[in-house]
Amino acid sequence: MTLKGILLSASMIALAGAASAETRIGMITTLSGGGASLGIDVRDGFLLALEQAGRDDIEIIVEDDEQAPDVAVQLADRMIQAEDVDIMTGIIWSNLAMAVVPSVTAQGVFYLSPNAGPSQLAGRGCNQNYFNVAWQNDNLHEAAGAYANSAGYTNSFILAPNYPAGQDALAGYKRFYEGGLAGELYTQLGQTDYAAEIAQIRASGADSVFFFLPGGMGISFLRQYADSGLDIPVIGPAFSFDQNILQAVGADALGVVNTSQWSPDLDNAANTAFVAAFREAYGRIPSLYASQGFDTANLILSALAVADPSDEPDAFREALRAADFASTRGDFAFGPNHHPIQDIYVREVVQEGDIFTNRIIGTALEDRGDAYAAECQM
Amino acid sequence: MSAILIVEQVLNGLQFGVMLFLMAAGLTLIFGVMGLINLAHGSLYMVGAFVAATVAGLTGSFLLALAAAMAAAAMAGAVIEMTVIRRLYHTDHLDQVLATFALILIFSEGTRAIFGSFPLYLDAPALLSGPVTLPLGIEYPRYRLALIAAGLLVALGLWLLIAKTRIGIQIRAGKNDREMIAALGVDIRTLYTFVFALGAALAGLAGALVGAIQSVQVGMGEPVLILAFVVIVIGGIGSIKGAFVGALIVGLTDTLGGIFLPEFFKLFMEPASATQIGASLSSMAIYLLMAAVLIWRPTGLYGVRA
Repeated sequence: MTLKGILLSASMIALAGAASAETRIGMITTLSGGGASLGIDVRDGFLLALEQAGRDDIEIIVEDDEQAPDVAVQLADRMIQAEDVDIMTGIIWSNLAMAVVPSVTAQGVFYLSPNAGPSQLAGRGCNQNYFNVAWQNDNLHEAAGAYANSAGYTNSFILAPNYPAGQDALAGYKRFYEGGLAGELYTQLGQTDYAAEIAQIRASGADSVFFFLPGGMGISFLRQYADSGLDIPVIGPAFSFDQNILQAVGADALGVVNTSQWSPDLDNAANTAFVAAFREAYGRIPSLYASQGFDTANLILSALAVADPSDEPDAFREALRAADFASTRGDFAFGPNHHPIQDIYVREVVQEGDIFTNRIIGTALEDRGDAYAAECQM
Repeated sequence: MSAILIVEQVLNGLQFGVMLFLMAAGLTLIFGVMGLINLAHGSLYMVGAFVAATVAGLTGSFLLALAAAMAAAAMAGAVIEMTVIRRLYHTDHLDQVLATFALILIFSEGTRAIFGSFPLYLDAPALLSGPVTLPLGIEYPRYRLALIAAGLLVALGLWLLIAKTRIGIQIRAGKNDREMIAALGVDIRTLYTFVFALGAALAGLAGALVGAIQSVQVGMGEPVLILAFVVIVIGGIGSIKGAFVGALIVGLTDTLGGIFLPEFFKLFMEPASATQIGASLSSMAIYLLMAAVLIWRPTGLYGVRA
């Protein structure tokens, strides 16, 4: 079946209501607006894994949350009550995850996050049915802070959008960063004009700028930053320099260092095969979001091979916890709070032909878990 | 806080203000002359930005893109005036709000169907990219400086149009007494369509100009629309001069509040909480300003109606 076929049948199933497949997966993700590229990549990576597995007993229902918490909550209620899904996944934004995940897991449905990893759900709010297959939000920012030390930065200006993942981002950066702060700013989520922030950076005397601005926000910021003539070096998590942002920003981002748990050039067999298959299927280089969607689907497949989520939830949960699948990240394991323990790499933006992409130049943190695991009581 | 920061933020505020003026001018004209609340004004802004991005992508010419954006927005404005808006002049404001809100939904979904969900990016012309060094060694993006100049030029042109031309006299007369100018033989329907298309063209121009610094995406018009309403309420509904002054006040308050309020609270609070309180108060600043203006002058700064 082609990918289009899967999508088509997914939407037809969504229309037809309950059908007879053995496992039903509900995916709520962002497919429109400034954050659409993230959701589209997660969806495409996820569907690619399902297609490779060739399982026709799995039905997937994909819906667009429009990056709005109220829409996501309605979709989740409908998927659980009317569509009777066993597993849910897909949410990109932490404010949406905070609105949806607790009620999903409370109703006994498994939720596997392919992206959002708010600290609240890693610590006190952890749940036995909630697994994060990407990272805890702080992780990539922690690595950026560690890198800033090794790069000799002692006076960073840091900024992030004002929502749970933005707060986690700045907390993460400050956890390992040892220098002082030239300034600390929260912007509006979805903000498109950064003139005022750039003026403050210029006046701050900073020796480095750390920013977490995923999706369209990152594109707007980087274009305006380049146009402002500022030459203070920028660093950030991979979210600020993902594959889609780089294509829109182009040469202005060349040489910029960012941190990620994954990179297209990461050297392991699963990843090489994934990057090749993704390029073949969609005609573009996958982003880290695509790798997270792909890994999430493969984790689900590995657990489905052991147990059925509705008949034997305990065995299914144990199988998820074992994480017995070939991750595109190489080594991958879950910590006690169901969040990854993994290496975080330092990447650099490079140009290959007329495509801008990332290349690994080092490792920032090895076998990094997260700062909130101790607060989690399952 | 340095003088350079203040100067740069004042320029940012001016740039934001003149772009708000382009939106608010059309809104206030339409409300002043026809008594119509047009929520779909933000959609015309979006139409301008999308057309500009498309034409710039096809031809590579920024000027052509601007012209196409204005023409397309004016045309879209004229079409919705003749098909939908015209039926709403004699209804109450709630019907107008409902109908123009429906237009927002139609424009948004239509744009999504044509252009897809991904944001588009419009590049500023090479001539205007990069920074320029101003006196005192202040670096400022050349394109934003050009936006300020363009906004002021349009404001001047609009003032000349309203104050010095025959059509301007008709618009002003239509605002004061529409029965009388109809009795004097002015074709009021054509005048209304013209005013609506003019407002739409200004919104389209604003969308295209701003599109080159921000991303062009579905729903980009609504946040600006809300601010434009604040502007015309502050300036006095129906007054172009009020829209201009109001837009500059809102633009400057918004950008300067972001730096001065945290500094102000630092005088007597801890830096961390001062930053937080200052930042949250600065996002409220323009609404507090609007409330203060309305208490002081209930019809706005230059409003005449009771």
